[in-house]
Amino acid sequence: MVEFNLPANSVVKEGKSFSAPADAKNTRSFKIYRFDPDSGDNPRTDTYDIDLDKCGPMVLDALIKIKNEIDATLTFRRSCREGICGSCAMNIDGRNTLACLKPIDDIKGEVKIYPLPHMPVVKDLVPDLSQPYAQLASIEPWLKADSPAPPDGERLQSREERAQLDGLWECILCFSCSTACPSYWWNSDRYLGPAVLLQAYRWLADSRDEYTGERLDALEDPFRLYRCHTIMNCTNTCPKGLNPALAITEIKKMIAERRA
Amino acid sequence: MSESYKIIDHNYDVVVMGAGGAGLRATLGTVEAGLKTACITKVFPTRSHTVAAQGGIGASLGNMSEDHWQWHMYDTVKGSDWLGDQDAIEYMCRNAVPAVHELEHYGMPFSRTEDGKIYQRPFGGHTRDHGKAPVERACAAADRTGHAMLHTLYQQCLKHKAEFFVEYIALDLIMDEDGTCRGLVAWDLDTGELHRFNAKMVILASGGYGRAFFSCTSAHTCTGDGHGMVARAGLGLQDMEFVQFHPTGIYGSGCLITEGARGEGGYLTNSEGERFMERYAPTVKDLASRDVVSRGMAQEIRDGRGVGEHGEYIHLHLEHLGSEVLWERLPGITETAKIFAGVDATKEPIPVLPTVHYNMGGIPTNYKGEVLRPTAKDPNAIVKGLMAAGEAACVSVHGANRLGTNSLLDLVVFGRACGLHAAEVVDPKASFKGLKPTDGEEAIARFDRLRWAKGSRPTADIRLEMQRVMQGNCGVFRTAEILKEGKDKLSETAKTLPDVGVSDRSLIWNSDLVETLELENLMTCAAATMNSAEARQESRGAHAHEDYPKRDDEVWMKHTIAKVDDTKGYAVDLTYRPVNNFTLTDEVSYIEPKERVY
Repeated sequence: MVEFNLPANSVVKEGKSFSAPADAKNTRSFKIYRFDPDSGDNPRTDTYDIDLDKCGPMVLDALIKIKNEIDATLTFRRSCREGICGSCAMNIDGRNTLACLKPIDDIKGEVKIYPLPHMPVVKDLVPDLSQPYAQLASIEPWLKADSPAPPDGERLQSREERAQLDGLWECILCFSCSTACPSYWWNSDRYLGPAVLLQAYRWLADSRDEYTGERLDALEDPFRLYRCHTIMNCTNTCPKGLNPALAITEIKKMIAERRA
Repeated sequence: MSESYKIIDHNYDVVVMGAGGAGLRATLGTVEAGLKTACITKVFPTRSHTVAAQGGIGASLGNMSEDHWQWHMYDTVKGSDWLGDQDAIEYMCRNAVPAVHELEHYGMPFSRTEDGKIYQRPFGGHTRDHGKAPVERACAAADRTGHAMLHTLYQQCLKHKAEFFVEYIALDLIMDEDGTCRGLVAWDLDTGELHRFNAKMVILASGGYGRAFFSCTSAHTCTGDGHGMVARAGLGLQDMEFVQFHPTGIYGSGCLITEGARGEGGYLTNSEGERFMERYAPTVKDLASRDVVSRGMAQEIRDGRGVGEHGEYIHLHLEHLGSEVLWERLPGITETAKIFAGVDATKEPIPVLPTVHYNMGGIPTNYKGEVLRPTAKDPNAIVKGLMAAGEAACVSVHGANRLGTNSLLDLVVFGRACGLHAAEVVDPKASFKGLKPTDGEEAIARFDRLRWAKGSRPTADIRLEMQRVMQGNCGVFRTAEILKEGKDKLSETAKTLPDVGVSDRSLIWNSDLVETLELENLMTCAAATMNSAEARQESRGAHAHEDYPKRDDEVWMKHTIAKVDDTKGYAVDLTYRPVNNFTLTDEVSYIEPKERVY
């Protein structure tokens, strides 16, 4: 029989359970991934039973209720609570999304919550996102133009040109898409991933940008761009309803057209 | 104690605290000027609360109809109920047009007009020719203008290779004996290490403190951290009684529905279906300034004309605009209404309520961004080595009430001003005055005390009690009795802070400890707000005092300065400084106070 070892700390163990108050009538279990970097222990899943009659409608409301009332050590990122800052991206009920926009009622049975997949975990639901952030910087996500801007006014852009940016500029960099992509899981060191490629296309699509050729040169690479195999998990999971897969296809089309 | 912590020292020409609109614009300015800059932020820059701004940034571009910066200035002074400093207001409104063009040149994806210019929409309190009719002045990127702006500024910082310290919690300022700021102490959540940043200039851009209240549009991270640090350094906070209630927070969740919704033609009704704002503001109706609309709504609810089973909210109508307009110009709030109110805004009205939104008060500065240490002899004395910008600061351009779109403007104009002034006064070649071994000791002692706090009250308990008192006793309508009671209750709550209990003892990502450190900052802000409000015996802008319903320019045309002593149960000492009754240049003259009607 083949013997192999799993990396240290990769087996998730059963953790503690916290039951709901006795008078609670509408309870739900939340099974949450916990990892304490100080203890050196394996990760575990703790289960918290919540009285939904005394909880807001979203999964983030439940996490905050747990932190405030049951277990203050539970750690997760959150800020705007209205789906615009991108802090609370996590894997809920098997799907990457924003906890603040995910209604508890959408989930049947026990609510399972894990950090974004395939990222190093700093603590509990807090992943280390320094790699996708560095990849974002690598595509030089800023307007590049040699023609000087008018000194006393804006660069003109028609409404049709501006409409090319819709569905791109709204990305909140939550990285739900990249961390849902099997191709990114395997090659995240070299493949840019859907979130960053969507950003790359945002600048290719901007009528004001004058560096299309250089941008395409930088993307034309078996790994950086072409590890996308149109699996479409990115588009399926995007909590903002954006379509990174389409943006990647548009980049591939631009390169193909340039060759022709 | 402190010897058991590993401390890492840094030298930077400039340290910026906060990476929202103001912090990023200041960082960009100092980096461009060749100053070695560290931007320290408790969240990744694009997660800062600027991202949530919706409606637009105010500037008299005149792309849709005639407009002038002098008209913008008049509206801002009137909006401030004459508490704003007119030299600073002139500076902001003059610089608005180049500031917006600069953002466009950076690549910000503004919506466009038919002829390809930046799209502008009407907004509350912004008028043509001194109040004659609403004017299109809010430069918009759909209804996600703050998101567009924050991402653009972060992109520019990447372009200039600015240095960020992300998920660092600033603990306290380092001040020397002569009152000069020398840097700050911060805690790196990722590694658990403590850092001392020695700096020739510190710029505070740490945002507001909406979370001192129970229901607010503000993010969880808006906890007045810069305010708390300034107060612990023995400096005063200005005009803290002026808290803006945004008319249209979604009933229940408090999520924001932009004023741009009314700018695009939305309107409010009461339970009788009446467009009641016609009674409160006959000329501009639903586009009166926010304090006026919020009071109108609160009055309707008090008079029993609220909508809903218990008459507890007001209806905002957008359905008549048609789904095409909504999905093109207001897609974000159409989505938000669906998610957080369960309402299809293209078909039915949205339930809304005035909700805490913005702090006009903050760290007092002049228009260059220098922090003030007002004394009886010199109300404009400055603190060396310390500047502030954005919602954390009180320049004061917003006075007693801020106009919509003027906050994004404030961020970029005064963020830029900080960069310019720092470039002028900081010499990158000058050697650093090193830190003494004892510098930052008190900050680390505070950190250590809270980390090991074993009291009986969890952080969340004390915070909730504070938020309830602020919500109940420092709301849209205030009376002497309600404020007095609020002051006593808040003081009782503050006294329990030494009994706080923290349950996470770790150093890496100890968010329990983060929230406790934040709670001390919030309590400082709450105490300053409640006490300043209780003392001000008049009604002005957002401070509506029912026992003193009139504005009293004789006595109260002055800024409140509140010093909060956290070592004495958050006791507050109040003094006052004059409002600047002059402009910056001779191109515009001082706008004399008059009655404020819309």
